[in-house]
Amino acid sequence: MGYKCSIQGRNYVFDDLKTLMAKATPFRSGDALAGVAAESNAERVAAQMALSEVPLISFLNEAIIPYEQDEITRLIIDSHNSQAFETVAHLTVGEFRDWLLTEAASTEILTKLASGLTPEMVAATSKLMRNQDLIVVAQKCTVISKFRTTVGLPGRLSVRLQPNSPVDDSRAIAASTIDGLMYGCGDAVIGINPATDSPEIVCELLKMLDHIRLKFDIPTQSCVLCHVTTALKIINKAPVDLVFQSIGGTEKTNASFGVNLSILQEAWEAASALKRGTIGNQVMYFETGQGSALSANANFGVDQQTCEARAYAVARKFNPFLVNTVVGFIGPEYLYDGKQIIRAALEDHFCAKLLGLPMGEDVCYTNHTEADQDDMDNLLTLLGVAGVNFIMGVPGADDIMLNYQSTSFHDAMYIRKVLKKKPAPEFERWLLLSGITDDRGNRLQINKSHKLLKT
Amino acid sequence: MIQEDSVSKVGSVIQEDAWTSLKDFTKARIALGNVGGSLPLREVLAFKLAHAEAKDAIYSDLNITEIQQNLKGLDVPVYVLNSNVEDRMQYLKRPDLGRRLNQQSVSLLKEIGKSFDVVFILADGLSADAINLHAFEVLKLIIPVLSLKYKIAVALVNQGRVAIGDEIGKLLNARFTAIMIGERPGLSSHESMGIYTTYAPEVGLTDERRNCISNIHPDGLNYWDATRILSYLIEQSFLRKISGVEIKLELGQLSSE
Repeated sequence: MGYKCSIQGRNYVFDDLKTLMAKATPFRSGDALAGVAAESNAERVAAQMALSEVPLISFLNEAIIPYEQDEITRLIIDSHNSQAFETVAHLTVGEFRDWLLTEAASTEILTKLASGLTPEMVAATSKLMRNQDLIVVAQKCTVISKFRTTVGLPGRLSVRLQPNSPVDDSRAIAASTIDGLMYGCGDAVIGINPATDSPEIVCELLKMLDHIRLKFDIPTQSCVLCHVTTALKIINKAPVDLVFQSIGGTEKTNASFGVNLSILQEAWEAASALKRGTIGNQVMYFETGQGSALSANANFGVDQQTCEARAYAVARKFNPFLVNTVVGFIGPEYLYDGKQIIRAALEDHFCAKLLGLPMGEDVCYTNHTEADQDDMDNLLTLLGVAGVNFIMGVPGADDIMLNYQSTSFHDAMYIRKVLKKKPAPEFERWLLLSGITDDRGNRLQINKSHKLLKT
Repeated sequence: MIQEDSVSKVGSVIQEDAWTSLKDFTKARIALGNVGGSLPLREVLAFKLAHAEAKDAIYSDLNITEIQQNLKGLDVPVYVLNSNVEDRMQYLKRPDLGRRLNQQSVSLLKEIGKSFDVVFILADGLSADAINLHAFEVLKLIIPVLSLKYKIAVALVNQGRVAIGDEIGKLLNARFTAIMIGERPGLSSHESMGIYTTYAPEVGLTDERRNCISNIHPDGLNYWDATRILSYLIEQSFLRKISGVEIKLELGQLSSE
């Protein structure tokens, strides 16, 4: 079945839904690299016009990657909640965009609707939206998750403390962790990317983080972002709070990451059984990012943003505590510059929130991308306004292990200050009791006798 | 008087952190202090400089003439080649074009009609500075030793990515290739060189067929250690007629010796 649009006597024809979606996507280098982008600016708008007229229900009838071929497609179709979908089942993509902007689409209604939406529906909708639309609708979506802290409450913004070391040195990691805690970061998770995926090192790092957490009675959770199979190996030998995995939106992408739905299921069951959370037991931490499917040669002609949204179906199945898109990490062949990164970040946040995920973002870039700290300031501010659940906190924004730039502890202070956002309530109380902030959340002068410095 | 006082105190508005001693444990940017919660300017500028140097490294060019001049003393044939990429912007956007030689370079290599045991390929990658500074330092240690046993050639490639070594190796009938390439610059190291080795190169190979030595620069892996590992990889590859993951395991033994 083809899709058509006629503009001033010129006919544009799009062979199928995935072609239409790809050509309707705001321009980015990864889609050009994949050869699926619109060939002209006019063709892009024609595709957007044609896409606006597609009924939402078409996405249930025309799979962009065949049901028989891909377990993510099967997951999306088989877990679709048709009852929840009822509210918007009669709308086209364009009508759905308009409706989302109205008062009728309230926080409560959107929360109920989430399980009735598929990744393709929200991806298609995002392609018709301007950045401000993506912000205003995402801001209406409240997704709260719990383990030892409550993340995602309105008026709150949490931070993953990311104290990486290029050689997994415990003392270096502890030093960065103290620095971050002193700047009010770490309420989403204290999460280390290990330089080597060895079970021994992962165990050692987990024990060290747990020691710090217990010693200072910090209401937070820790994670060493090793491969899920490594986590499964050590789950009974080390204090595993959250289980991490990078995921993508096609079965083949996930295969390139060495995972599939059943491995993730196994990890989810094992971590849930530990019951280490105090106020909740959401145990999974997922990371995603546009371009991973193409990079694994597993995109099947689907644009990178739609592939990304499909990864959220995988995340959603496991009721995660945290999900974040490492938006600018992948490099310029997928997102060339600050403009493309900012656009992609807002799309990812919107799609994930609409699908009901506790979405955070790694506001970041690599040195070979045309971006700098000013672009990150812009994106951080936009995501703060959009209500992002959490961001990263990296010492001085410079990750010395992964060699890229993210947001710093100071950036976290900035965004909380200008938007009057607070940390997770449990963590906020700890900061007050520890003499790090005062009762209005202002940071106090800390002297050398502070308990965190006596180690 | 009051005004003078406040003027004389302007330099002290930076709230320093009480834990600057923790800096001894890590190169991470910790204990930066703050001004009203934000970064002090000295830290903003230090970061900007590091980023500027990294960006400049990405846009640096291979110093072909100087490298050729240096290589003369080693008495090996040297070929200068280009990938299909036309400029840096295209290089960044189209990794596929940086993995293949342009037509002129293909013809040049086809005309040679020789076979080699080991071909060293020097490619700019994401930091030509890294190659300009470090490649010859490793080559001058390893080539004199290898020449006793093997027939060697060197290729210099502009706008190249790792996989371009496969095509070059194939066209020169090489049994083994080692591509020295500029790694993606970080803020702390913008001239870091990596070496990828491949036994029996051919177009279309993927990363699991390669061994990698990374982080070669003054604050990382030194030339002697890099050369030692590279010699070991060459020895193992010729002995076992493979390269890639299966050799990796034994590298651990080498470093623990």
